[in-house]
Amino acid sequence: MDTLTPVLTKNWADDRAWTLEAYTNQGGYGALKKALAMQPGDVIEAVKASGLRGRGGAGFPTGMKWGFLPPDEEGKAPKDRYLVVNADESEPGTCKDIPLMMASPHTLVEGVIISSYAIRAKHAFIYVRGEVLHVIRRLQAAVQEAYAAGHLGKDIHGSGYNLDLIVHAGAGAYICGEETALLDSLEGRRGQPRLRPPFPAVAGLYASPTVINNVESISSVPSILEHGADWFASMGTEKSKGFGIFSLSGHVANPGQYEAPLGITLRKLIELAGGMRNGHELKFWTPGGSSTPLLTSEHLDVPLDFEGVGAVGSMLGTRALQIFDETTCVVRAVLRWTEFYKHESCGKCTPCREGSWWLVQTLSKLEKGQGQESDLEQLLDICDNILGRSFCALGDGATSPISSSIKYFRDEYLAHLEHGGCPFDPAASALHTDAGQLEVGA
Amino acid sequence: MTTTPAKSDLVTLTIDGIEVSVAPNTLVIRAAEQIGVQIPRFCDHPLLDPVGACRQCLVDVPDAGNGRGFPKPQASCTLTVAPGMVVNTQATSSVADKAQRGVMELLLINHPLDCPVCDKGGECPLQNQAMSNGNGESRFANEPGTVKRTYPKPINISAQVLLDRERCVLCARCTRFSQQIAGDPFIALVERGALQQVGIYEREPFESYFSGNTIQICPVGALTSAEYRFRSRPFDLVSTPGVSEHDACGSAIRVDARRGKVMRRLSGEDAEVNEEWITDKDRFAFRYAAMSDRLTHPMVREDGKLRPASWLEAFAVAARGLQAAKSVGVLTGGRLTNEDAYAYSKFARVVLNTNDIDFRARQHSAEEAGFLAEHIVARQGVTFTDLESASVVVLAGLEPEDEAGSIFLRLRKRSRRGGRVVTIAPFSSRGTRKMQAELVATKPGDEAAAIAKLKLDSNAVVLVGERLAAVPGALSAAAAAATKSGARLAWVPRRAGDRGALETGCLPTLLPGGRPVSDASARVDLAAAWGVDRLPETVGRDGNEIVSAAASGLLDALVIAGVDSADLADPSLAQQALDKTFVVSLDLRESSITQYADVVFPVAADTEKAGSYVNWEGRVREFEQAFETPAALPDLRVLAGIATEMGVDLGFRTPAQAADQMHTVGAWDGARVAGTVTKAEGAAEGLVLAGWKQMIDDGRMQDGDPKLRETARKPVVLVGAATLNDLGVAEGDVVKVSGDNGSIELPVALAADMAPGTVWAPASAPGASVRHLVGPAGSRVRIAEGGKA
Amino acid sequence: MKEGNVKGIDPTTYDELKQIAARYPHKRSGLLPMLHLVQSAQGQITPEGIEACAEILEITAAEVSGVATFYTMYKRKPVGDYHVGVCTNTLCAVMGGDAIFAKLKDHLDLGNDETTEDGKISLEHVECNAACDYAPVVMVNWEFMDNQTPESATALVDDLRAGKEVHSTRGPKLCTWREAERVLAGFNDGQADQGPAAGPASLVGLSIANDKGWTAPEGDN
Ligand SMILES: Cc1cc2nc3c(=O)[nH]c(=O)nc-3n(C[C@H](O)[C@H](O)[C@H](O)COP(=O)(O)O)c2cc1C
Ligand code: SF4
Ligand code: FES
Repeated sequence: MDTLTPVLTKNWADDRAWTLEAYTNQGGYGALKKALAMQPGDVIEAVKASGLRGRGGAGFPTGMKWGFLPPDEEGKAPKDRYLVVNADESEPGTCKDIPLMMASPHTLVEGVIISSYAIRAKHAFIYVRGEVLHVIRRLQAAVQEAYAAGHLGKDIHGSGYNLDLIVHAGAGAYICGEETALLDSLEGRRGQPRLRPPFPAVAGLYASPTVINNVESISSVPSILEHGADWFASMGTEKSKGFGIFSLSGHVANPGQYEAPLGITLRKLIELAGGMRNGHELKFWTPGGSSTPLLTSEHLDVPLDFEGVGAVGSMLGTRALQIFDETTCVVRAVLRWTEFYKHESCGKCTPCREGSWWLVQTLSKLEKGQGQESDLEQLLDICDNILGRSFCALGDGATSPISSSIKYFRDEYLAHLEHGGCPFDPAASALHTDAGQLEVGA
Repeated sequence: MTTTPAKSDLVTLTIDGIEVSVAPNTLVIRAAEQIGVQIPRFCDHPLLDPVGACRQCLVDVPDAGNGRGFPKPQASCTLTVAPGMVVNTQATSSVADKAQRGVMELLLINHPLDCPVCDKGGECPLQNQAMSNGNGESRFANEPGTVKRTYPKPINISAQVLLDRERCVLCARCTRFSQQIAGDPFIALVERGALQQVGIYEREPFESYFSGNTIQICPVGALTSAEYRFRSRPFDLVSTPGVSEHDACGSAIRVDARRGKVMRRLSGEDAEVNEEWITDKDRFAFRYAAMSDRLTHPMVREDGKLRPASWLEAFAVAARGLQAAKSVGVLTGGRLTNEDAYAYSKFARVVLNTNDIDFRARQHSAEEAGFLAEHIVARQGVTFTDLESASVVVLAGLEPEDEAGSIFLRLRKRSRRGGRVVTIAPFSSRGTRKMQAELVATKPGDEAAAIAKLKLDSNAVVLVGERLAAVPGALSAAAAAATKSGARLAWVPRRAGDRGALETGCLPTLLPGGRPVSDASARVDLAAAWGVDRLPETVGRDGNEIVSAAASGLLDALVIAGVDSADLADPSLAQQALDKTFVVSLDLRESSITQYADVVFPVAADTEKAGSYVNWEGRVREFEQAFETPAALPDLRVLAGIATEMGVDLGFRTPAQAADQMHTVGAWDGARVAGTVTKAEGAAEGLVLAGWKQMIDDGRMQDGDPKLRETARKPVVLVGAATLNDLGVAEGDVVKVSGDNGSIELPVALAADMAPGTVWAPASAPGASVRHLVGPAGSRVRIAEGGKA
Repeated sequence: MKEGNVKGIDPTTYDELKQIAARYPHKRSGLLPMLHLVQSAQGQITPEGIEACAEILEITAAEVSGVATFYTMYKRKPVGDYHVGVCTNTLCAVMGGDAIFAKLKDHLDLGNDETTEDGKISLEHVECNAACDYAPVVMVNWEFMDNQTPESATALVDDLRAGKEVHSTRGPKLCTWREAERVLAGFNDGQADQGPAAGPASLVGLSIANDKGWTAPEGDN
């Protein structure tokens, strides 16, 4: 198997890749034809057989999710069903869906049509975060083109199947990436998570059966239909099949998107990215966004699949590999992430709302070198009172950077206390300053 | 409907090592209550949809019933029981206990330490649970330099309700109540994260008829009322269960008093009646009984002027005047307790020897009296719970949100579950829309025809409002429709004492217990029970006839209880009548009758006596005396005093004695008199006025509570698109509505589905008494641009 | 009658608000884009805008206000023609975002969430905008300005203030904030074909693969 396996990213360098013409020229919408010739249930079976697991973070098997939609009740008019694409991409470090939709919106649109057909939805929505104007333009234009080409609308290509697709812009709220908060937001409400059960598959959008999938998950569907489930399953590892986009950012020579089979290691990826930036060393990294516990250079050879990363106490998440070298103060990094969670907490539940408020205050003091070692125990205890106690996973995510950084870098916290402040020069970690290598610590 | 499930349907689980069997779908938090374990909570409320927001109720679930446990603590307020489930609460699990202490600590980090000045102090779930399930000390407050979230002090979210954002724990009980129960989402959670708070839209305050319930269910002191703020501490209050006197629902309330003064009223709990909710009028309108115009001693008229008198003197003067009269009429209004109404009924028959008695101080008719005698009196019919299960509920001449708040809430509950409601009304009001009721747009006067067209089945319920009495043929049509289909019929009057007055015979045609005056055996039966030789035989005069007979000299004395002359069908004729007759007035406060009265007796308010009401269901609602007032006596005691002076012993001097006697007399089980079928006339030609009294209006029983009045709906004239177009005005412009009595100017608004030829205006609203200034509903009116003729 | 002209909302906008609501199976779903349109028409969330949305969607103004205050993109005071967002989430902050934000505050003499007196530029620090491989990132009216430095960012705002034509590093010529809000409301401005398909960082993996001849395996086709 080749190290990199461009499928979703394959056409990104094509001339005017975002247009229907360019997309079709490289074989686009061929999978749709295939799918429309199949029974919807067979499309679901194909996706199940491929082993595709959700690319939005949790890794739930996509075909199985589709299979959860309740069958129509006999003698009753079938309930409306909906497909909602989660294009809210806001998890710090995650930056794969946005370039995908910018470069090749039709990959997603085709995926939406096939997936909607599979679950027999007549309405689909792409809920895209509002802060990406050009991506929204491209999606809107692609949808318009798809309607004009008869890929969307009434009686698609004579199949008798109807589908409407709406591109819906959010308005700035990380929590709307959480699937039930997204549904509330899409219903024109405050984006706060819903109680489960009922699960969206049973009562989602407008209390109707709904499938919610990440952009990359849905965009993978056309390739599965085109090349077959076995083809997809031939990539990746035993339980984490297929390819995924790995997003490298931070202190590597060439940050960017690397599409590879699941199971690739960070060591390999950094090597492909030209190594760490000039002469620096890896200090810590996130495997899948800031909500996944930090890892260090000990973990360079961990296979980046759901099981491998799980085994070392973190999560594969969104494969948002944020790489920090030794010039970076972990306390500063963690404080900033914690401020993010405080800002983005929806406010619904006590642990996340009040906990993030408190965590920021404690961490800022530590960062300024105030406080004492026992504050670390207290921090961990507050995290313990939030993790698994909050309403949704946002609260859990807020504790990840803190607990994991204390686990690996307790000494650095203590160094702040000894030093009476941060022992790092922030300029050293920035790109625009050519501060060269700095010694860590006072 | 609440049906007890069969034993075999129960779900058995283990909580803290104790096996318990509960109904399927029970939430764990409530299953735990059944074994006496109180799991701490804030957002949970049994009548609201679960949210699981506060996370205070976390428990450990080592086995979900499938052999596998939950890895994380679970919110017991959102978790339903499963067979074989194992739950460990804070009582037995250190995981649950730590989780709860952790949440409590987090809840308190931003909570102010102002319990000593907080209204809720002493009855605060946060305070109590912090003691029982919290840590003694906060680690947050102990950290130097920590910053609490602060807000400027309380803000008014309506004239009546204040919000202290610092105290709020964001449980969303108030917002869920407003949205789910009342249907008035004028408060909402605003902002996000740690800055999230309850808010209003500044131009649209929290003016809901049910807003006060949020204060009661707020688990902290974040919501307070302008009325009660800083007035009292819970431990200084003496609580007495009561029944609201403001409508015919018989809602359970709790009266909290301190040293002979009501400090506040709360909703009582009665699952069968008002559940846990009351209207703002029930809650906030009680100062009327403590107004400076409250009568404090008997008075007699001497040389044209009223002067104070002793009780004995007043009894004697009243007795003499009544004895001297050829014939006397009795007007009782609709606000009496059963016991008092019974006393008037008996007093009229055995002391005054007349059937000239009527409680209907409003538009009424012989058709109505016949209808009540045939279909309503002494019948236990439709219940609140039935309103949830009926196949359809039809409303005719009834606007529940304004006229019977607890019925409105039940119907809303019904409609939230998809139940059908149909309303025969001029347009779809806010209340109608909140119940998702289907409108049968009906011009006043055309109700009978609309009713006749209904398709009903035997599971249907028809609720007729007292206003239907003003429409000839409407009650006959309702009765006919019910008889034909087997649908059940209930009559919903407006006032708390109306149904009791019917049951006790404050009508010219009926004696206590539904005994027809015209039925000799019924009279004999009652005479025997009362130990008298005989009772007056002729059917008496009704309210209108009493007034005109008094005005024309056929009656020369009147006994009047708590009636406002303006409520009578013809107020100016009523004044003539009062002028000409010897008037004995029993009243709480100086009233429009006082100036005509020859003898005035101050009577006790509800809080000052025990008693009961019969609500619209026919359910007896007893209440206790909250405190004593030496200055006033119950009506029945006054009547007994007069009777004694007139040589008659009524056989009771206390409410309890009157109640005993009433029970002994019992209900009539003989034949009923069939009402005469009245033919419908149909609506008048041209433009006709529609209207009813809004809940918060200019009523005297809301005097003394200006904050409540400020939350009243602003009076407007509602017209259909055609009328608006004809007028050539825009919404919000002032229009003039003129009728037989005169005219009124009010802003106009569009009601898109208004029945043709109809204009609606509130019969009464603060500062706009349309029924006096223009005319009664059903009368012809003209409408013009404001400022023009 | 007031329909079509809710105190201050012009009839065209009112009509467009109704169009947005009509796109959805349940009209309340239109609320977020409707509020974007209100911002486009009014320059911020206004009471009139809130009332118009409430009226069209038949919900209370309090409910609209609960939504309008939940999302950070809705502004309750006027923002500049060019709304400059500096990413100061951890990765961008470390890579230079903090320095850029400090520099811009100083250069423009603005605090967070403030607007220059000429109404041209407003400044805000924003959270991660899904462009981490281009860190440090600045957003102008929600268009990407990739790989910034304090110097490039000051030049950027100077050019914007001076009315020079500025292009997004991965998109078209920058439009005004109000024009951008209109696109978010679902009214496309025809600029989709501007800019590249992907920026350089998006393509690094692909070009390595192309260089090395790496591909996904052959499929059924
Ligand atoms: C706080 C939070 C934020 C999330 N943000 C996103 C997101 O931006 N995009 C996404 O696809 N999934 C996000 N998720 C995960 C979704 O809830 C959901 O699992 C996912 O959309 C399912 O799609 P998939 O099965 O295709 O992965 C988030 C979850 C949480 C708890
Ligand atoms: S005001 Fe009271 S009831 Fe409302 S959310 Fe706050 S604490 Fe809960
Ligand atoms: S009481 Fe259970 S979460 Fe609030």
